[in-house]
Amino acid sequence: MTTVEDATALVHAPEKKHSRLLDRPRATTGPWSWVTTVDHKKIAIMYGTLAICFFMVGGVEALFIRLQLARPNGTILSAARYNEFFTMHGTTMVFLLGMPIAAAFGNYLVPLMIGARDVAFPRMNMLGFWIFACGGIFLYSSFALGGAPDGGWFGYAPLTSTPLAAGYLPGRGADFWCVGLIMLGIGSVATAVNFLVTILNMRAPGMTMMRMPVFVWMILVIAFLTLFAMPPVTAALIMVFMDRNFHTNFFNAAAGGDPLMYQNLFWIFGHPEVYILILPGMGIVSEILPVFSRKPLFGYSIVVFSGIAIGFLGWGVWAHHMFVSGLGPIAVSAFGLSTMLIAIPTGVKIFNWLATVWGGAVRLRTAMLFALGFIAQFTIGGLSGVMHSIVPSDTQQTDTYFVVAHFHYVLFGGLVFAVFGGFYYWWPKFFGRMLNEKLGKVNFWLMVIGFNLTFFPMHFLGFEGQPRRTYTYPSGMGWDTLNLLATIGAFIIALSVLVFLVNVIYTARRGEEAPADPWDARTLEWSIPSPPPEYNFAVVPVVTSLDDYWHRKYTEDDEGRLVRLPAGGADGADGDQTPVGFDPHSIHMPSPSYWPLIFAVSLPTMGYGFVFKNWYLLAAGVIVAFFGLVGWGIEPPTEPEPHGTEAH
Amino acid sequence: MLDRTHRFRRASKVAALLIGVVTLASCGDKTGPNNKQNALRPAGPYARQILHLTEPFFWIAVVIGLGVIGGTIYVALRFREKPGEERSPKQIHGNTVLEISWTIIPALILAVMAVPTVATIFSLAKRPTGNVVNVTVSARQWWWQFTYTDAGNGVVTANELHIPIQTPVNLTLEGPPACSPTPCYANGVIHSFWVPALNGKKDVVPGRTSFLKLEADKVGEYFGQCAEYCGLSHADMRIRVFAQTRPDYDAWVKSQIAQNVSEAALERGVDNADWACATCHSFKSKVPGAVAPNLTHLADRTTFAGAIYKLNYDNLWRWVYDAPSRKPMGDLQSHMPNFSAAGMSQQEAKKIACFLLTNTATNPNPPPECAGQ
Repeated sequence: MTTVEDATALVHAPEKKHSRLLDRPRATTGPWSWVTTVDHKKIAIMYGTLAICFFMVGGVEALFIRLQLARPNGTILSAARYNEFFTMHGTTMVFLLGMPIAAAFGNYLVPLMIGARDVAFPRMNMLGFWIFACGGIFLYSSFALGGAPDGGWFGYAPLTSTPLAAGYLPGRGADFWCVGLIMLGIGSVATAVNFLVTILNMRAPGMTMMRMPVFVWMILVIAFLTLFAMPPVTAALIMVFMDRNFHTNFFNAAAGGDPLMYQNLFWIFGHPEVYILILPGMGIVSEILPVFSRKPLFGYSIVVFSGIAIGFLGWGVWAHHMFVSGLGPIAVSAFGLSTMLIAIPTGVKIFNWLATVWGGAVRLRTAMLFALGFIAQFTIGGLSGVMHSIVPSDTQQTDTYFVVAHFHYVLFGGLVFAVFGGFYYWWPKFFGRMLNEKLGKVNFWLMVIGFNLTFFPMHFLGFEGQPRRTYTYPSGMGWDTLNLLATIGAFIIALSVLVFLVNVIYTARRGEEAPADPWDARTLEWSIPSPPPEYNFAVVPVVTSLDDYWHRKYTEDDEGRLVRLPAGGADGADGDQTPVGFDPHSIHMPSPSYWPLIFAVSLPTMGYGFVFKNWYLLAAGVIVAFFGLVGWGIEPPTEPEPHGTEAH
Repeated sequence: MLDRTHRFRRASKVAALLIGVVTLASCGDKTGPNNKQNALRPAGPYARQILHLTEPFFWIAVVIGLGVIGGTIYVALRFREKPGEERSPKQIHGNTVLEISWTIIPALILAVMAVPTVATIFSLAKRPTGNVVNVTVSARQWWWQFTYTDAGNGVVTANELHIPIQTPVNLTLEGPPACSPTPCYANGVIHSFWVPALNGKKDVVPGRTSFLKLEADKVGEYFGQCAEYCGLSHADMRIRVFAQTRPDYDAWVKSQIAQNVSEAALERGVDNADWACATCHSFKSKVPGAVAPNLTHLADRTTFAGAIYKLNYDNLWRWVYDAPSRKPMGDLQSHMPNFSAAGMSQQEAKKIACFLLTNTATNPNPPPECAGQ
């Protein structure tokens, strides 16, 4: 192989107009191919893998939190460590699991679902991943470099914004937190822009907006939300950092600053952020339910519009996080009412999902179980959310374990269940092997039991007066039993995640090989081999209806019953549409690159420069960033080996 | 078909059982422990007003929730495909009437909810007048200061709030005062005052003044604590409210205004080795300390250090000796220092504790350990 490569290099040498430095990387296998890849599927797998790693790190933090609170006056963690752990648990689960896992599923599936061969901006896609990786590592490096973030995932000023010397928060954590989140925000915006342009511009012929799978719709909605939600929080974070390090007074009340301005800015981001986290989960469930019920999604258009409505309404409810901040009765009434409105489109979705399953031929495979679990548990989270919109009730519930229960029902009972459902559903497509169903069911039931045991008692703990974010509680408050139950539940969740990992390893070694369409599914990604070739579609599909792939396999009789089309009557029933004599090299795919990685690495370099006020490091970061961007700008657009001597 | 009916029956039984268990579980002990900090056991009109508003919607939520959960289990079992069976279900793409109705019905329920919600918001925001008690609440890292602002009052105390029963208490929640030189940063963070049995919570925000009212029906002790994350010892910032009959309350006010031992004598007594206690603490009734609690009537309180320790000889001398090991205070610029590191002996700490327990009590009852000190 090397010889061949050298030989070609020699042949082409005289034609080179640019330096070797600008040559695009060539590896298509091995670690270097992953580092330099611009293939949306490989990027998605890296996103997913890293996000799951962070999920486990955040989970371990949660286990420590639960151990500390298992008994009154716990001594497992110091107050300082506890505060770091709950801050990093929240920050991790929101920014290093929730958002990247959406990017993982979105990256893998959006191009396949809309019949595209890649995303619109492959190198920007790569940049998004590497910024996520750098940002995550940057945040966690704080544990070794002077203290992890300890101001809460919401980082309220002036606790976080007061200069270090006042000692409101021990350690450099708040600086790491500000810089890390700004960094991650840059990556999220890049990813969001990429999704927006991909979905709007790269759909296959005939794939009109109202023929797009609901999952693609939800990614489109969260891309818009991300694009508009990141600027206010970035501004707020910069202000906090300036207040803290350069003695500005944005949030310093003694100098006329306003702490509530921070809350407004943060929650104008923070509430849409909640929908950024949950809408992809709703999308995943909307894909799984019809397939395992052998029925179309009930009321496709109303489910889509409900998702859009949730996205829009999400901008008008931020102050419901501030009902006890002292906004006055008129403001809290208005935001209470707007919050109630969210319940309407959410309820519509739930009823439509149930109606989808109703009358179907239900196959209770693991993916379906997780999707059904999502509906039940998300409903509990939704209803407790409505209880928060009753403002006087919220003044008792907010900042207590009731809220902890509420948003874990939404984000764990909802999002995480959807993600696991998504894993079981799309794993064969991602890796060409079926996850084991028996282990899957153990995984599911352990998770259901563990999750509800952990979080259901917290509703009561909140009403009974236990505030959140407290590293200890005295004995004799009557909270002991429920806290102990919650801790036991947390370990059952951990066990279920272990079962999942075992399943992943088992599947990789001995898993059943997956056909192109193992579930008899509906959307385009199942019309191509598992795993898909680099170019996705040998022939770009022409789409004629919603659930196009399904309609190539089935039709309906006069009574609306399902009729299978005769084999061969529809193309691609076996998933292989590759025409005879097809040459994969005839498809021009984007070439790998390492410039986005260089640019991504410059960000933590600058970040450390800011945190430690080391201006040399900052300058080095700026130079690397400049170098990365220029290289990115001028690297040749062509493939390194246009004649394809290397195996692809 | 027979088989399906059978399975359906089994499914309904399972569902009914589940619903029964959940309902029983939630009815069994509706109100939870009597821990004096329980929003489900309101002890005054405002907390009761909130609970009465919450309750019907809680039960509506329970019904809807059980309906959806039951529905999910039902559809999953009722329409389950047997192994080997391949059904061709009717392909239903939607139903406009159904979809419109499950949009409108929740909207109507919400509209009904909205009316009492808004009414209660405004009712709770209304400031009572007439026979009321006015108290200013200041929050510090990590303790509370209560200043009684009515004419003829002026009591300053920490962590423990005394209120007369059946009388509205207007709390003015005040962020810390601007510090000097201006601008400076020793200006505190956001805290939240919360005594669940008497009302919901309200944040204490630097640079802002907020309002919260309390009222207790009966004589009793009610607990609360800071509910907004405020740093290291957020968990150690607790509140006790003592609701007393009017005569008892009036007598308490009188006792707290009185200066039983002169300010100078108190300062001398605790400061025998120049520990500079008065730099932070005040020993004059009605005058708040610079950054720490007023100690004039310390021994009349039942707790100290953010109401996390019972006020007794043992706890107090250990606190005087080495406070940071008893409550995490980190790098906070001004906090109770570790005097042992500054050369204070245990003997000396014990002496100070005895002095305080004896001289700051309205009815001195020094512990036996203090005999002879």
